[in-house]
Amino acid sequence: MNAIPYFPGCSLKDSAKPFERSALFVMERLGLPLRELDRWNCCGTVFSLTEDDLMHHIASVRNLIRVQETGATELVTLCAMCYNTLARVARRLDREKEALAKINAFMDEEQDYKGGVKVEHLLGVLQRRIGWEALAEATSNPLDGLHVACYYGCTLLRPKDVSVDDSERPKVMEDAFEAVGASVVRFPFATECCGTYQVVDRPEISLERSARVLRSAARSGADVIATACPLCQHNLERASDILKRSGESPPLRIAYFTELLAAALGADPDALRNQPQPEATMHVTAKGGAEHG
Amino acid sequence: MDEGKMTRIFIMGKAYDVPAGITIMDAMEYAGYRFVRGAGCRSGFCGACGTVYRKEGEYRLEFALACQEMVEEGMHLTQLPFTPAPRAAYHLDDLDPRENVLLQHYPEIARCVSCNTCTKACPQDLEVMDYVQAALRGDIARVAELSFDCIQCGLCSMRCPADIKHYHMAQMARRLHGLSASREPEHLTTRLREIAAGTYEAQLDALVAASVVELKAQYAAREIETESEEGS
Amino acid sequence: MSRAKSLPVENLRDRVEELSGEHVFACYQCGMCSAGCPLTEEMDRLPSQVVRDLQLDDPTLLESNAMWVCASCLACEVRCPKGVDLAKLMEALRQIVLRRALDNLSVDGMTREEIRRLPQIALVASLRKKTG
Repeated sequence: MNAIPYFPGCSLKDSAKPFERSALFVMERLGLPLRELDRWNCCGTVFSLTEDDLMHHIASVRNLIRVQETGATELVTLCAMCYNTLARVARRLDREKEALAKINAFMDEEQDYKGGVKVEHLLGVLQRRIGWEALAEATSNPLDGLHVACYYGCTLLRPKDVSVDDSERPKVMEDAFEAVGASVVRFPFATECCGTYQVVDRPEISLERSARVLRSAARSGADVIATACPLCQHNLERASDILKRSGESPPLRIAYFTELLAAALGADPDALRNQPQPEATMHVTAKGGAEHG
Repeated sequence: MDEGKMTRIFIMGKAYDVPAGITIMDAMEYAGYRFVRGAGCRSGFCGACGTVYRKEGEYRLEFALACQEMVEEGMHLTQLPFTPAPRAAYHLDDLDPRENVLLQHYPEIARCVSCNTCTKACPQDLEVMDYVQAALRGDIARVAELSFDCIQCGLCSMRCPADIKHYHMAQMARRLHGLSASREPEHLTTRLREIAAGTYEAQLDALVAASVVELKAQYAAREIETESEEGS
Repeated sequence: MSRAKSLPVENLRDRVEELSGEHVFACYQCGMCSAGCPLTEEMDRLPSQVVRDLQLDDPTLLESNAMWVCASCLACEVRCPKGVDLAKLMEALRQIVLRRALDNLSVDGMTREEIRRLPQIALVASLRKKTG
């Protein structure tokens, strides 16, 4: 069966389960199911930016080796941060042979990473492998009348060499929503940072940044703001709750883009979101090999 | 033990000639060291005798239990009798295993960089990194499964660049898993019910009332299960 | 006592350039980075001022909060007309401090309730950026 190796990342198994469930549904419907990578580990979430640091790439490289072990040459992610980290590590090691050699020498318990694994975000797969026509054809429940503000955040778009589209004026998510019949609403804060990991120890930063995004989307006439990152989703939801409590309430739903696409492809989005979590979504047998729960 | 053959080892930098074919622990005692800490069951089960060593001519450090590992010519060794790893305080009954309680009590597991140093340090050959990653995802069952044979020697924590307390966290996972997910042992439940109902009171009273002479006679006359030829 | 006194402020610019691989003198102070940075209101120095202070080898730079407030959103990086990767400069400044075992974030102070409400991704990312 035509399937594509998929890297979930920690959040999709915990705080962001609706993201995974809806994406699995969508890709199943589109005939290119996502097959979870065996024995994956946390990718590291952020790309280490110093020239001498190779240690902090190891978490990502281990996952690329897992892909290599299956014989595949590509990997798709849902989480934008995982996409950014894995893609940048893959690119760095494709370019810098010495860095690759050092990492392989350190990871002596693994087979050598030979390079060449291509990391993609689901939006890129939808655009290039599925195509908007096929997405439109699979739409059984067009999102007529729904005004969607597509919120990209940072890690999908920057730096340019891993961007899923133009870094300043992306439209790939808008294209997807137009294919399923929604009305897209452009708003100026679509590529502004939500505050990301500052929510941990400087939560007021994330609140402020996310509130601006919400207000901007609401002012532009959106009914719902679509996200592609569990941390953006968390920060926007948190800001929305706080704004509601203080009396200011942008009348916006906040959802993962795949939840909305799943609805367009016939899923009951509330049923997907409230689906009881199976005992374990991935069983890894003692010596590798994975099956979905 | 190879009668008469000696081998040279280095204990904390000092050279000693010890009999070949004995364990590190026996060799250290042969050399005159007396274990006040860092020794326990002497059977590879309690984790007290964590040892770090290097072989002559090699730069890699290796890890073992002193009571299990045999000495080798040119072995350079030291012991790590204690790991100052803090243990989280919790009441099992207060915890909801569906939440990420492992991360809540040991947030430093989020610092794991998947370097696998812990796995390389484990004298029990456990997949330590894998269980830390499972813990990060909240997969308590997986942590319990992979860490089952952990003897809490602490070598993983001593080597970890992120200062994670692998074995304390794993113990919490095993406890939670046992409490919430494992099958209830019926024989235990039955026995507890019998005890509460007083089934064994009379027998216990008789034992307590018996004199030492009577106890010895009873012990000598006890039924012994015949052992099979191959052992149990 | 100022933290910077215990920090390696000697030859700061050289060390930042080595760690980041960037040339701070490529910057001609146009201010595009500061204009695009979403977090300038929280910073005690603007991103473009950080670069200027690096050019001048300002020893008080390590006392700034700018690199800790930085969210690595890379808006600066994509917009710099001279191709200076300011995100890497910020990372270098963070690492110079963190590699002295001077963490900017402590999990010891976090409550269970705080951790319970955070997605792991936030915790992993912030620990990578603010602890050594």
